[in-house]
Amino acid sequence: MSEKQFDYYLKGEKGDYEVVIGLEVHAQVLSKAKLFSASATQFGAEPNSQVSLVDAAMPGMLPVINKFCIEQAVKTGLGLNAKINTFSKFDRKNYFYADLPQGYQISQFKHPIVGEGKVILDMPYGTKEVGIERLHLEQDAGKSMHDQDPNHSFVDLNRSGIALMEIVSKPDLRSPSEVGEYIKKLRSIMRYLNTCDGNMEQGSLRADVNVSVRLKNSKNFGTRCEIKNVNSIKFMQQAIEYEARRQINLIEDGKEVDQETRLFDTKKQETRSMRSKEDAHDYRYFPDPDLLPLEIDEKYIEDLKKTLPELPDQKKQRLISDFKLTSYEASVIISDQAVSEYYEKVAKNSDYKLAATWLMGDLFATLNKEAKDITESPVSAENLAKMINLIKDGTISGKIAKTVFEEMVKSDGDPLKIVEDKGLKQTSDPKEIENIVDKILASNQDKVEQYKSGKDKLFGFFVGQVMKEMKGKGNPQMINDILKNKLK
Amino acid sequence: MSEIYQLSLFELVNKIKSKEISCEEATKSYVERSSKSKKLNCYVEETFDIALKKAKDLDQSFNPDKKLFGAPIAVKDLFCTNGVQTTASSKMLKGFKPQYESTVTEKLWNEGANLLGKLNCDEYAMGSSNETSYFGNVINPYRNDEDLVPGGSSGGCSSSVAANLTSATVGTDTGGSIRQPASFTGIVGLKPTYGRCSRWGIVAFASSLDQAGPMTKDVKDSALMMEVIAGHDEKDSTSAKKNVEPFSSKLTKDIKGLKIGIPKEYKVDGMPKEILDLWDKGIEISKSLGCEIKEISLPHTKYALPAYYIIAPAEASSNLARYDGVKYGFRAEGKDLIEMYENTRAQGFGDEVKRRILIGTYVLSSGYYDAYYLKALKVRRLIKNDFDEAFKEVDTILTPTTPSSAFAIGKNDDDPISMYLNDVFTVPVNLAGLPAISFPAGYDQKNLPLGLQLIGKSFDEQTILNNAYAIEQNINFKPNYKDWWI
Amino acid sequence: MSITKDTVKKISKLSRIASNEKFEENMIKDLNSILKFVEQLNEVNIDNVEPLASTVNQELIKREDEVKVVNKKKDILINSPSENEDFYVVPKVIE
Ligand SMILES: [Mg+2]
Ligand SMILES: [Zn+2]
Repeated sequence: MSEKQFDYYLKGEKGDYEVVIGLEVHAQVLSKAKLFSASATQFGAEPNSQVSLVDAAMPGMLPVINKFCIEQAVKTGLGLNAKINTFSKFDRKNYFYADLPQGYQISQFKHPIVGEGKVILDMPYGTKEVGIERLHLEQDAGKSMHDQDPNHSFVDLNRSGIALMEIVSKPDLRSPSEVGEYIKKLRSIMRYLNTCDGNMEQGSLRADVNVSVRLKNSKNFGTRCEIKNVNSIKFMQQAIEYEARRQINLIEDGKEVDQETRLFDTKKQETRSMRSKEDAHDYRYFPDPDLLPLEIDEKYIEDLKKTLPELPDQKKQRLISDFKLTSYEASVIISDQAVSEYYEKVAKNSDYKLAATWLMGDLFATLNKEAKDITESPVSAENLAKMINLIKDGTISGKIAKTVFEEMVKSDGDPLKIVEDKGLKQTSDPKEIENIVDKILASNQDKVEQYKSGKDKLFGFFVGQVMKEMKGKGNPQMINDILKNKLK
Repeated sequence: MSEIYQLSLFELVNKIKSKEISCEEATKSYVERSSKSKKLNCYVEETFDIALKKAKDLDQSFNPDKKLFGAPIAVKDLFCTNGVQTTASSKMLKGFKPQYESTVTEKLWNEGANLLGKLNCDEYAMGSSNETSYFGNVINPYRNDEDLVPGGSSGGCSSSVAANLTSATVGTDTGGSIRQPASFTGIVGLKPTYGRCSRWGIVAFASSLDQAGPMTKDVKDSALMMEVIAGHDEKDSTSAKKNVEPFSSKLTKDIKGLKIGIPKEYKVDGMPKEILDLWDKGIEISKSLGCEIKEISLPHTKYALPAYYIIAPAEASSNLARYDGVKYGFRAEGKDLIEMYENTRAQGFGDEVKRRILIGTYVLSSGYYDAYYLKALKVRRLIKNDFDEAFKEVDTILTPTTPSSAFAIGKNDDDPISMYLNDVFTVPVNLAGLPAISFPAGYDQKNLPLGLQLIGKSFDEQTILNNAYAIEQNINFKPNYKDWWI
Repeated sequence: MSITKDTVKKISKLSRIASNEKFEENMIKDLNSILKFVEQLNEVNIDNVEPLASTVNQELIKREDEVKVVNKKKDILINSPSENEDFYVVPKVIE
């Protein structure tokens, strides 16, 4: 395979710099109730309406863990090819913040529920393995709003206590595009597993981005900065670009990079130091005395394993071998579980290759234009398969199919009915075609002469004229054959 | 007949059930006596009017099946009570009205008890003399020439039970907060096995040590209260899935053949002779009841108090982080959020609380965790192992409850350590999570009560109750204070 | 180890307790006396001893994934020092 080379290096006076990135992804566990309380997790509820006495840290309130959240974390761990720890513990991470009502976050520090794993990315320069350091369960904080009032901040605790999986990568990422692919891959795995909806606009998936730079070929890591809570792939990429450049400039000026927490200002497109986190380096973790260690057994893990769906990587291999797709086509199709399901439905009932072409071509373009998800596709998989079959059996040409498809987008009608109603059926009667060919050749005697004296290019003109006469419904292959014959 | 308030809880409830006394009469008796006893400063919040009204309702819906039917009970102000101010005796929680009821107090009301009010204690249960309360000192009904402390942290509880201001009460014990004040005031205090009673709705001090328990006029009352407040609670992840026995009906004086351990390490240097004498008296009585006395060793006893003063403050520093002026209670001004936090916590907490928060923060902070906190947890393991070994040979362990009798207010002000030493005999039990009961064993030369402590195996409250009950019958302790404050 | 004024300042800051000269003086004395006391633990041989954080010996209690608490807004906000029916209100947070 001829592959592109990795080439994300940033230029400086002293040489080319490599950017080293590690992510701490916070993925909201798909669950009805919170991690340690029985209040709801729905997005967009009225402020402070999904807050239990536990979430509001009322005196004497105690956490009791949600069984389902444990299951979700284990499933995700399995999806990340990671080691599941049969013994894990909950610790308190102590710090003060307006949206942290307990004054500590219940998290897992020394003994996370999931250990090391890995994720494979498909990059234009080949596959890239990104190490997973760990996955642990923890509580989300509430939300402070700073722009309602000049002197005050408002606090909404609806998010307080929602279960998060913090997925920590190794510092294996090297470019904004790798980060983009990594997030998409994680999201797709979790969506397949139904453990996180990956909805970044709603905050269900966000990341702390650790960035450092070093001269290309250097073995040592530079000092890193952590950019907190970035909630879109685009912002992550912009933040990395800005931050890497900032650090390079410091180094080039002979200054040092301070290890610190920064935030990304999306309006100014820059990162800046966070004042509020200045003494956040001493979290005083210790085992939460309100909880006991979490012990799970091998059988529990094995049983969960059996319930796992086919995951993106496996599915990709299967699509390549079963449907002869290219690696590229397969990776596009599996990136979204719903897309891959749609594809399989079409492919199994029509033609593998045409299914991929139509899905990735016209259907994606339509969805894009209408800003729709595949699950809201105006063309059902059944109907797309029927349409492809109409092409295959010669009822319509590929060109007419475009017209049929447009009609289907408007109405999701049955393609055969559309073809009949609109009279789009392809004419494959040789007699009829021959008559029209004769007519066209007769009325263009001059061009026939020219053709015969060597102007081959005119062949296309005749085909066009015949098609035009047949209102585009002539069988293109037959028109070709008959014309060739007559013009001999 | 003597006054109603002089009856034991058990006697009172029986008389109410047999309609000899009405709930209203019972409540009136305690309300009147409590009202005349303001000098003792036992109450932080009185709910007398509500109690009197509730008593009438109880009389209307007479139900002799309820175990505490009609019993007027005030509780430590560490239990959250629905709609009734709960302060943990701190300025920080002044005015706080929980919209929920702690599991333990809920159980009391479910069995027909009637809330009289909330009892003073050391601020956030941190203290051994009730002198750290924002609401002032509680006075012991026993006195010499000067006012004495009632012990702590459940000082309002001990003083009010001893002075007959409540028929019984529930306190909490993290390092001795039920047993030490019980000993100082001549009453019975039981700290159950950790996990026996739900901690839900109790203002937390040190979560791995805190345990609610009864403080009563005698051992039988203690058994009755235990029966009501114990039990598994799904809302508390550390609550034990154990069946509750009918402690009071199983209570027996027959302890023949019981093996009682006497730990040699509890004979500390400088212990007053009268305490040693009382201890001996307990041993002699036990022998006469047919018990086998064995000397045992708990070699790490000496290290329990130092380990405790790392573990408890560490947990407290985190538990008390929620008191930040945002959600409830006191808030001081500040130009920004951080300044508001700092001012609120500087003004809202008293000195002892601040000391413990700072120590707790220190021992958990980076660079010190292993040297202090982790080491303390390891020593805690050794202390528990000592007990596990001992309980292979004996059924209960008998010790003094405290190294001294009640002391004068202000006496231990200079150095926190001299105050902490009060809990030297009670703390090991909390670290090991075991049940222990303190019961009055007699008086010292100053005519002040002193208690003995019986430590039991995990979840074997019944045996220490029986053991204490048998000795109690022989000692026949009678309160000997005068109602000097009325 | 002993506690200096800077240590008191640092841990006061971490604990969010406003500190001043007098407070620091008092605390240095008390905290050092407590530290000296607890450092008796250095005498104990703790080699190969597992830490004991809890004396409870049972499986962690787990709940089903069910929503049982519905809109407690009033209950949780009623004790808040700021009078706002929808939010907790705090002095401006600077990020
Ligand atoms: Mg982070
Ligand atoms: Zn996190």
